[in-house]
Amino acid sequence: MLLEVKDLHVYYGAIHALQGISFEVNQGEIVSLIGANGAGKSTTLRALSGLIRLRSGSITFKGENITLAPADKIVTLGMSHVPEGRKIFAPLTVRENLEMGAYIIKDRAEIDRMTERVFRSFPRLKERINQLGGTLSGGEQQMLATGRGLMNKPTLILLDEPSMGLSPILVEEIFRIIKEINAEGTSILLVEQNAQMALSVSHRAYVLETGLITLAGTAKEIASNPQVKEAYLGI
Amino acid sequence: MQSVSKHQKPITIVSPNSFLAWIGKFLLILLGLLALYVLAKNLIAKPSLFAQNVLDGLKLGFVYALIALGYTMVYGIVKLINFAHGDVFMVGAFVSYFAIENLGLHVWPMVVFPNITPMLGSILGTISVILLAMVICVLLAITIERVAYKPLRDAPRIAALITAIGVSFFLEYFGLLQFVFSARFISYKRPFEEVTWYINDGIHAIEKGVATPPGSITFSNIFVIIIVATVLAQIFLQYLVRKTKIGIAMRATSFDKPTARLMGINVDQVISFTFGIGAAFAALGGVLFAIAYPSIRTLMGVYPGLKAFVAAVLGGIGSIPGAFVGALIMGQAESLTASYISTPMRDAIAFSILIIVLLIRPTGIFGEPEKEKA
Ligand SMILES: Nc1ncnc2c1ncn2[C@@H]1O[C@H](COP(=O)(O)OP(=O)(O)OP(=O)(O)O)[C@@H](O)[C@H]1O
Ligand SMILES: [Mg+2]
Repeated sequence: MLLEVKDLHVYYGAIHALQGISFEVNQGEIVSLIGANGAGKSTTLRALSGLIRLRSGSITFKGENITLAPADKIVTLGMSHVPEGRKIFAPLTVRENLEMGAYIIKDRAEIDRMTERVFRSFPRLKERINQLGGTLSGGEQQMLATGRGLMNKPTLILLDEPSMGLSPILVEEIFRIIKEINAEGTSILLVEQNAQMALSVSHRAYVLETGLITLAGTAKEIASNPQVKEAYLGI
Repeated sequence: MQSVSKHQKPITIVSPNSFLAWIGKFLLILLGLLALYVLAKNLIAKPSLFAQNVLDGLKLGFVYALIALGYTMVYGIVKLINFAHGDVFMVGAFVSYFAIENLGLHVWPMVVFPNITPMLGSILGTISVILLAMVICVLLAITIERVAYKPLRDAPRIAALITAIGVSFFLEYFGLLQFVFSARFISYKRPFEEVTWYINDGIHAIEKGVATPPGSITFSNIFVIIIVATVLAQIFLQYLVRKTKIGIAMRATSFDKPTARLMGINVDQVISFTFGIGAAFAALGGVLFAIAYPSIRTLMGVYPGLKAFVAAVLGGIGSIPGAFVGALIMGQAESLTASYISTPMRDAIAFSILIIVLLIRPTGIFGEPEKEKA
């Protein structure tokens, strides 16, 4: 098992945002986390990558207990988090943003290889290499955020709404790239508003409702569940 | 503090159409013209004296620049006005004093290599003194940050600001205690001899007991060293921040700490590093200042510290070129006011410049309005 989460509780002050959730991601999988606004999807990812403290529960990654590990340590273990809302470093150029994505990689040649890899998926970024991150269009920023998250060669990448703000063609494109990344061996934990698309590329999925996992199964099972159909797929 | 992005219009004292605003503008222009008139008159009447004053102002301004860099970098990364910074400058001067007076660090090359040329010997010796001061100040600044500021990083900014003032007073008045040091001015022994030249149909060395011809401009090796050291420091810093991985990480951290952590950047280390760089420059400034004005005491950092702070705000706090330009303006303002208006007025004028610049451009000369983070 690559990632194992047990009985996670997270509070924001008095708000009990995660009320004991457990799930896992296996090597090579794409796992989706779907749920309504405010369900706690982003909170789950933030807890995994060490950005917020848990009240209780445990997180095991590659057999190592990372429950209390700081964010910058967790990255070095091979978990990369592409946060919600892109979070591009606006005053840094595209190249510098990518450099920061590869911060933990010391080998220059390796960084250049990864940069080329990212440009293969996002040729648009190559054209804008010296442009400031803050001046990119929303869609370009999303590409940069995803590309930056890939720069450290993660074993597991957490993607928080990678299709947000993209045009339909780019949404198709980003899901194609997600599958491609996965085919190259990276496991993916995917949070998406676009549940249909997410389920179509995923192996398994969990449904999160106000801090609790209410449904788990293969992507097919989840997609054919009547309640899911009604609530998230709009069918 | 108000968000600066609200002030975009050129002058925001009162509503632009009102009569008062016009009076304000008129008075500012009048003041500016008056200052220009005084300067122009003196420039024409005695150009060499004027040039001399500009040189003296440059000397001061370059030292201020070394201190201002630390203010602006630390502000850039933790949004804190580190009021203890001027006192780190003082500690730099004191470390060099003890290194010279008690350890004789400045003469080690002559002791170890008796055949060394005096020139090379004193260069090596002086660099050693400066390096020691830098190391001590870097350690001091990192300790201050860890002990006093880090625990308050998530507290309201005012808490850290008041702590900074507290640390500043501590450094100043702890040194002042009888059993530690004293409140006296003590005379500082330079690590090398001052050599002076005058410019008058070429550059000539000044010999002892020989008067320089009237209308000459004089400068010394200390002046040259200050200019060279500061320019090198500035170039080093630009290179660091623009081209190196740690420099880019500093900018990333200054923009968005949580996301910087997601990249694997150890934010605490980057912050320590920033305090360290600032302290190293302050130490360099402290040693050079003591060499240039060889009398030191534990309160010597107060005014240079304040002036450098003003310089950083003037240039646009957070901006490295801004700190440099601001410091040069402060140096000139101080030197020219002292010569042509009155010495006691120089600090008042320096701070008035700050007020005027901020009225016209609230973000400082190079400052950009704080962006709302997404
Ligand atoms: N910093 C915070 N302080 C207080 N409450 C927060 C904070 N961040 C999130 N919350 C609350 O925690 C709950 C879960 O938020 P979270 O961002 O995880 O939702 P989400 O599932 O990602 O929603 P969305 O699909 O809208 O992004 C929400 O009720 C939210 O209001
Ligand atoms: Mg979210």
